Amino acid sequence: MSFEISSNITEQSPKLGGFAGVDIPNYDFITNCMHCGLCLPTCPTYSLTGLERSSPRGRIRLIKSVADGELEMTQTFIDEMNFCLDCQACETACPAGVKYGALVEAARAQIFQKRVLPLKERLLKWIFLKNVLSSKWKLKLTAGLFRIYQQWGIESVIKKSGVLKIFSSKLNDLQALAPRIDTQYSDKIIPEILKPQGTAKYRVGFLSGCLMNVAFAGINKDTVDVLLHNGCEVITPREQECCGSLQAHSGDFETARRLARHNIEVFSKYELDAIVMNSAGCGAFMKEYGHYLNDDAMYAEKARILSTKIKDISEFLIGIEFRIPTTQFNKRVAYHDACHLAHAQKISTEPRILLAMIPGIDLVELPEASWCCGSAGIYNVVHYDDSMKLLERKMDNVKSTEAEIIVANNPGCLGQMQYGANKFDVDVEIIHFSTLLKRAYRLEN
Amino acid sequence: MISSSVLKKISSIVGKPNYLDSQEDKIVYSYDGTQLLKQLPEAIVIPQSKEQISQILKLANEESFAVVPRGSGSGLSGGSIPVENSIVMLMTQWNKILEIDSENLTVLVEPGVITSQLHSAVEKIGLFYPPDPGSMNICTLGGNVAENSGGLRGLKYGVTKNYVLGMEVALPSGEIIFSGGKSVKDVAGYNLKDFFIGSEGTLGVFTKILLKLIPKPETSKTMLAFFQSRHDAAETVSEIIAAHIIPATVEFLDRTTIKCVEEYTHLGLPLDVESLLLIEVDGRPSIVEEDAIKVVELCKKHKCTDLKIAQSETEALKLKTARRSAFSALARVRPTTILEDVTVPRSEIAPMLERIDTIARNHNVTFGNFGHAGDGNLHPTCLTDERDKNEIHRAEAAFEQIFDESIKFGGTITGEHGTGLAKKKFLEKLAGAPAVEMMRSIKLAIDPNAVLNPGKIFSVKPRCEGTLPRSREEIKKFEELGVFT
Repeated sequence: MSFEISSNITEQSPKLGGFAGVDIPNYDFITNCMHCGLCLPTCPTYSLTGLERSSPRGRIRLIKSVADGELEMTQTFIDEMNFCLDCQACETACPAGVKYGALVEAARAQIFQKRVLPLKERLLKWIFLKNVLSSKWKLKLTAGLFRIYQQWGIESVIKKSGVLKIFSSKLNDLQALAPRIDTQYSDKIIPEILKPQGTAKYRVGFLSGCLMNVAFAGINKDTVDVLLHNGCEVITPREQECCGSLQAHSGDFETARRLARHNIEVFSKYELDAIVMNSAGCGAFMKEYGHYLNDDAMYAEKARILSTKIKDISEFLIGIEFRIPTTQFNKRVAYHDACHLAHAQKISTEPRILLAMIPGIDLVELPEASWCCGSAGIYNVVHYDDSMKLLERKMDNVKSTEAEIIVANNPGCLGQMQYGANKFDVDVEIIHFSTLLKRAYRLEN
Repeated sequence: MISSSVLKKISSIVGKPNYLDSQEDKIVYSYDGTQLLKQLPEAIVIPQSKEQISQILKLANEESFAVVPRGSGSGLSGGSIPVENSIVMLMTQWNKILEIDSENLTVLVEPGVITSQLHSAVEKIGLFYPPDPGSMNICTLGGNVAENSGGLRGLKYGVTKNYVLGMEVALPSGEIIFSGGKSVKDVAGYNLKDFFIGSEGTLGVFTKILLKLIPKPETSKTMLAFFQSRHDAAETVSEIIAAHIIPATVEFLDRTTIKCVEEYTHLGLPLDVESLLLIEVDGRPSIVEEDAIKVVELCKKHKCTDLKIAQSETEALKLKTARRSAFSALARVRPTTILEDVTVPRSEIAPMLERIDTIARNHNVTFGNFGHAGDGNLHPTCLTDERDKNEIHRAEAAFEQIFDESIKFGGTITGEHGTGLAKKKFLEKLAGAPAVEMMRSIKLAIDPNAVLNPGKIFSVKPRCEGTLPRSREEIKKFEELGVFT
């Protein structure tokens, strides 16, 4: 087996300056940027370096220069595209409505197709993104092995021995970032079809996800329970696969599209009012299925229809007659905006409104709530040091709220901020919105 | 081209990490917020001390290269766009607030401090720095002073120049002076600091800036009034002022702009109105209350169709932020938005807007109009596409006429963005040849080798710059500039 990624570039492929093949950055999106600079203060990487090339405006100009044939896809170009967190805070800030995320993802697809990434990074991406995460059984197998590693004390032995430092000085830190693998995956504890007490008011699909399934099974269970509490029949199709977002964000559109087509087939089998997400990244990406499969005659229409059904759990609950918990939930709580919820899906008021409806809750605003925590998919692994600087800023803000609980609607943020709470010694519980709601319902008994 | 040996010298002054010359870095410092203009620099330096700035300027004189100071690059007249044979001097790392003196009500800052960050720092202790350019979340105070920036609060509080008490500045020769100080009165010698305000980086590089603060207004009230005719809106503004009410802010948006802003902000603005006024009155609570009532009366008298008063500070902030986004939000219609800032006496706003309409129609181009109605500072913005050369040409012709009209109305070609590259060819029309010649003499007296941002505001040596024109077209272009007269 070769880990080379098949390339779509041929002599006849369309070209735009230094870009070629499929998924060329859209030139209209590029010219839409009028370089006013209003995005700069919202960009985490610009705040880290203070250099224009690490800003959204600078990156768009670099993409434009390649498209205009004035620049090659140089190492600096590649580094800057990958240095971007793809948090899309700049899109929220942009009055002109520039689709920055689509541009930077297309640039990454170009980098990916050209195979210009270093061998080590390509190998990592090939193993994890193209294979492990995009296949349910491979992921479970890997997760199983990893669980044995985490649970049988091998982890601490390895850590103490320092053997990992041979490979990379940071590997010891990195393994603490890895999510704890659950003993029971969510597809074990969540039956394919679940009916609420009484008559069902809605019929919803549920995406159990890839990492969510093996490392955040409890949150999946909580989400399903919250849906049942709200009168939903919940269908969690067994055949579903990873949504494809991690692959797309790192430039592997081919694998992402394969997964998208598969999931469209799986979920289209059911008559559903909505497909509910508890992971911001997955939700944002599945809402874009229509865009990614636009040129696919067979799937374009199906993808568009499916995309309209995708709802974040908070977005879904606010649209129905939300069942407000009846017992006092006396906790000081702050809400952290996951980038792919606040910026990519423009959902930020919904979770706050719902939280404020819970009796007894003392909801405080987290300063810079929509500033990225540094998790950003696999960013905290690939760019550990930069990610930690952003995490420190986040945890300082968390500390200032004196909140007992921080709520975040994305597994990446949860893992990262949990790591941050330990690393920077902040006494706070970091939980998913569904978990908090489930606890509030449980207090009723 | 700056020779590699000179570049090496420059690099050794600031040290490796503070010297950038990769192709990528040159590309991203080739532009600012101005449309249609770009020029690659030969290198970028991030000076770490004023001594380094001094050394670089001295070297520039010795080795004949130009230095272009730059903050965040949000300028709208090309002030920080590199020129030929130049290096960019990036000042964004100079971002410390050095001293807030609450007895003398002054603040000493480095030039790279972001304007809105100064706002929050001083407002925390009950003080106020009024100038608030549209880009205040990213623009730097150094840039504000260099461009003499205005903002939304210009009507009542004036512009940047009204708040500059002094500055430490590196002259083109590399010498460093401090001009001005904390004394309210000071008439010793020429008022040198005023030379530097609005000098657009052509006379010196700021290293410290001393600014005046005032007490923060106790309270404020923000409202939106909608009108079916622009004329009614303009009349309202005139009458408010005639009634001796000076609001902090009176902003105007036309139909096209309202639509774009609404698309971005989702504030629920009505889309069927011809124009809106955003009015803010501030001061002591009793006066604010009285003024607000009078303003509402006057709006109603002039047939405002609807009126909305912000119920909280958060809501007021949202309305003002929406107005600040107007320029960039217009890019939703067409990708290239050419923004101008002709300013006319307040009384001429309505007729000026009429003229802009006619000119736009005659040249078959689309305009969105908004601006600071209170101080006559308009922002006619041409919505176009830089890929359509013909349309760009028509837009340029339209702007030329708009400038002419503004001058006829007793106005100016730029109220707050600066002359820079974008408007230098119109400066002589407004100021007259002797005045421009005087500016040139001042420039060359201070900067005889033209090392600091040369070619901005006016050409330094118009009669012997560049190669001789040969083709008929080229000669015509120079004739238009008045070079052969």
